[in-house]
Amino acid sequence: MSPIIETRELTRDFHVRDGLRRKRIRAVDEMSFSVDAGAAVGYIGANGAGKSTTIKMLTGILVPTSGEVRTCDLRPVQDRRRLAREVGVVFGQRSQLWWDLPVRESFTILASIHALSSADERARTDELVDRLEMSEYLGTPVRQLSLGQRMRAEVAAALLHSPRLVILDEPTIGLDVLSKQRLREFLVQERQTHGTTLLLTTHDMGDIERLCDRVLVVDHGHLAYDGTLDGLSRTVGAQRVLVVDLAEQTPDLLGIPDTAHLGSESRGLRQRLAFDAERTTAARVLGAVSEQAEVLDLSIEEPDIEDVVRRVYAASR
Amino acid sequence: MADLAPYRAVLASRIRSQRSYRANFRIDLISSFMVGLVELAEVWVLFHNVHSLGGFTFAQILLVFGLADVAFSLADLAFGHCDNLPTYIRAGKLDVFYLRPQPLLLQLITSDISLRRLARVLVGVVCVVAGLAVNDIAWSASTVLLLVVSLVSGFAIFSAMFVWAAGAQFFLINGAEMTNAFVYGGRYAATQPAAVWNRPLKVVFGFFFPMAFTGYLPTLEILGLPGPEWLPAWLAWCTPLAAVWAWAMAMLFWRIGVRHYQGGGG
Amino acid sequence: MRASLLPYWRLLRAGIREQSTYRLAALGGLVANATFGFLKVAVLFATVRAAGGDLNGYDLGAMSAYIWLSQGLLGSVNLHGRSDFAERIKDGSVAVDFLRPLDVQAASIVQEVGRSLWSLVPRGIPSVLIGGLVVGMTMPTSPGPYLLGAVSLLIGITIGAAVVYLVATAGFWMVETRGLQILYMVVSGFLAGLFVPIALFPGWLLVLAQATPFPSMMMYPIDILSGRVTGAAALGLTAAQLGWLAALGLAGHLLTRAGRHKLEVQGG
Ligand SMILES: Nc1ncnc2c1ncn2[C@@H]1O[C@H](COP(=O)(O)OP(=O)(O)O)[C@@H](O)[C@H]1O
Ligand SMILES: [Mg+2]
Repeated sequence: MSPIIETRELTRDFHVRDGLRRKRIRAVDEMSFSVDAGAAVGYIGANGAGKSTTIKMLTGILVPTSGEVRTCDLRPVQDRRRLAREVGVVFGQRSQLWWDLPVRESFTILASIHALSSADERARTDELVDRLEMSEYLGTPVRQLSLGQRMRAEVAAALLHSPRLVILDEPTIGLDVLSKQRLREFLVQERQTHGTTLLLTTHDMGDIERLCDRVLVVDHGHLAYDGTLDGLSRTVGAQRVLVVDLAEQTPDLLGIPDTAHLGSESRGLRQRLAFDAERTTAARVLGAVSEQAEVLDLSIEEPDIEDVVRRVYAASR
Repeated sequence: MADLAPYRAVLASRIRSQRSYRANFRIDLISSFMVGLVELAEVWVLFHNVHSLGGFTFAQILLVFGLADVAFSLADLAFGHCDNLPTYIRAGKLDVFYLRPQPLLLQLITSDISLRRLARVLVGVVCVVAGLAVNDIAWSASTVLLLVVSLVSGFAIFSAMFVWAAGAQFFLINGAEMTNAFVYGGRYAATQPAAVWNRPLKVVFGFFFPMAFTGYLPTLEILGLPGPEWLPAWLAWCTPLAAVWAWAMAMLFWRIGVRHYQGGGG
Repeated sequence: MRASLLPYWRLLRAGIREQSTYRLAALGGLVANATFGFLKVAVLFATVRAAGGDLNGYDLGAMSAYIWLSQGLLGSVNLHGRSDFAERIKDGSVAVDFLRPLDVQAASIVQEVGRSLWSLVPRGIPSVLIGGLVVGMTMPTSPGPYLLGAVSLLIGITIGAAVVYLVATAGFWMVETRGLQILYMVVSGFLAGLFVPIALFPGWLLVLAQATPFPSMMMYPIDILSGRVTGAAALGLTAAQLGWLAALGLAGHLLTRAGRHKLEVQGG
């Protein structure tokens, strides 16, 4: 079976005006990778690393400067219209809904844009409305939705035609924890039931951990890492942090197995312990802490994606 | 006609939402009607001062104005929305069009419609009817044929102007006025008696942007007038050719523009 | 007094600077000015010739001066009706403006005037030069008309900004002000004398035009600059302009208050 996305030395330049001179920016630089059907790939990198530009070339919005790209076995620019039937794209900062119309009406219009039969349209809309919990705001104009509600509607709009490949560019940006959670659960389900291929960019390590089995890290248009998430953690030692609020002032918790003490606040009332998810679990760390002090509250900080990216960059240079 | 369904769905929803703001819609209709009326007044004021201009009386220029204005306002109704392209590019809305399985240009044209522009067509129609009534015309089958041919071709020519301008926006972004000079300047030129033009104007608005073909040349032929240097009346029969030329240029610019697209801002 | 005027001076300069960054737009504007200018030359010169060389006091040189001055002012006198302020009402950011210790109307007009003044540099003056060099025109030879003309021009630009501000305030009560803006565009251009000098209007239409502020925005400054109207008559035109400016300023002030009240009571 041929891969669903394949790029060879894909490159894109932009020419920008810098004062009076024209300057060339290489946004994507000879990037080669491929993605198999059914995979879920996280595509991460610092701001301006070239993620969105890559996605725009994969979907036929931008013409590559050089190199080759095939998506769903099609040439994105030449076969743009056929490709549009196979791919669903969500840009976190763009809307494809009609601003002043009720959500439901946007879905109706998109259904006719993708030529869905009315039976398919009804079935798919019901499925999406149900799983993304959108029923209570279907009649609300898009401009009146909260960000979380709107993003769910955007995702539904991009998936209405049941695309084989779904590409999401920062879908969780600005969302609250609960909305992120819902969106992730939905995407997991969607993959399970329909075998959809997923490519997403994000600044949230949680998205990658819950959704992706492979990670691509891009640095100044180059591929800096390509492999599993576990491998990524191993390379860069990505750690989680357990934050505990204790009942009384406690000396630094130094002896907990497989953890590193990061710091204490308020004379030890709040302490931060880093641990490696490869070697231990949050539960085990918490157990060890409870033996030394009474824990009132706790939270787990995800590894910061910027931090992970920085370390990948450092390691690959 | 399943293929048209997506465009119909978008347009129907736009029309519903426009009509839902009734007060606005009424003001829109009035202002659109006024646009046509004032443009006519600009021509009329000149003829109020002199009896004839460029070999035409006011009765005769009425036909030029009417033909050009009907063609322009219909094109404006159908294609005028192309003017929004720079806004779409800046807001990244064009990216969304690329992700849909329809041709980009068709999506752009049908992404909205301004029904108010219908009011303006009315002014043009009244002028055509009045122009045909008050002038001494030797009616024949070929007169009718020429009228139909020039209205259809005129519509095509002005539509092409909008598309040409849209294609150029991919390069200009903030420079929309550059193309406005020829789209709206073209409309202004089209309602003039072209005999008053000097040679450079005849090249630009007579042939390169074939504005004289939308009203002036057909009127010469219908009224049996000879026409000035470089613009003989028989050229009226070449109006479809002018339309083909305008569209060839429009599609060339549009194609180049689409490939040049740099992606929306942000 | 000086300290309280300082912010407006800064806003004026900000308007100028902002406009000066749009170079391609300015070039586009110049192309548009020149193209329309040559079309106007064709049809208006033909009219003068058809009238035997003198059309209500316009000979070819005077007509050319009118054409190129009006084209030059096109980028500076707001005859299109769009404004930042209208946008700010529409997207709700006007609420922020009301929080500032500045007069919203004055601030908005001053910025608009700043933008207009800059447009004289890349669009206004070159248009007049193109006309002067390519077509030729008759201009006054004494400094008087230019001095009074400059004053009149500044007032005219300010009146334009003040009227457009009025149009924008409609946005406090209407969802969509596009129709109104287009209506303004059509009527203002015609009555300001953009396509035909108002001296060529039939009597009733001339009276109608003079009963509106539009000739004050463009026609009067052109009449003074080109030396068509001089002496006491020129001072009279300037006085009329000042009268309009005061009336429009007051109307804008009242509408701003009402609009602000509407926002506070009913929300945006
Ligand atoms: N339309 C454009 N014009 C000029 N430069 C651009 C354009 N789009 C992106 N770039 C530049 O290309 C680089 C990559 O941008 P992008 O792909 O948006 O990064 P990311 O999505 O990873 O944040 C950046 O340096 C950006 O400034
Ligand atoms: Mg991006």
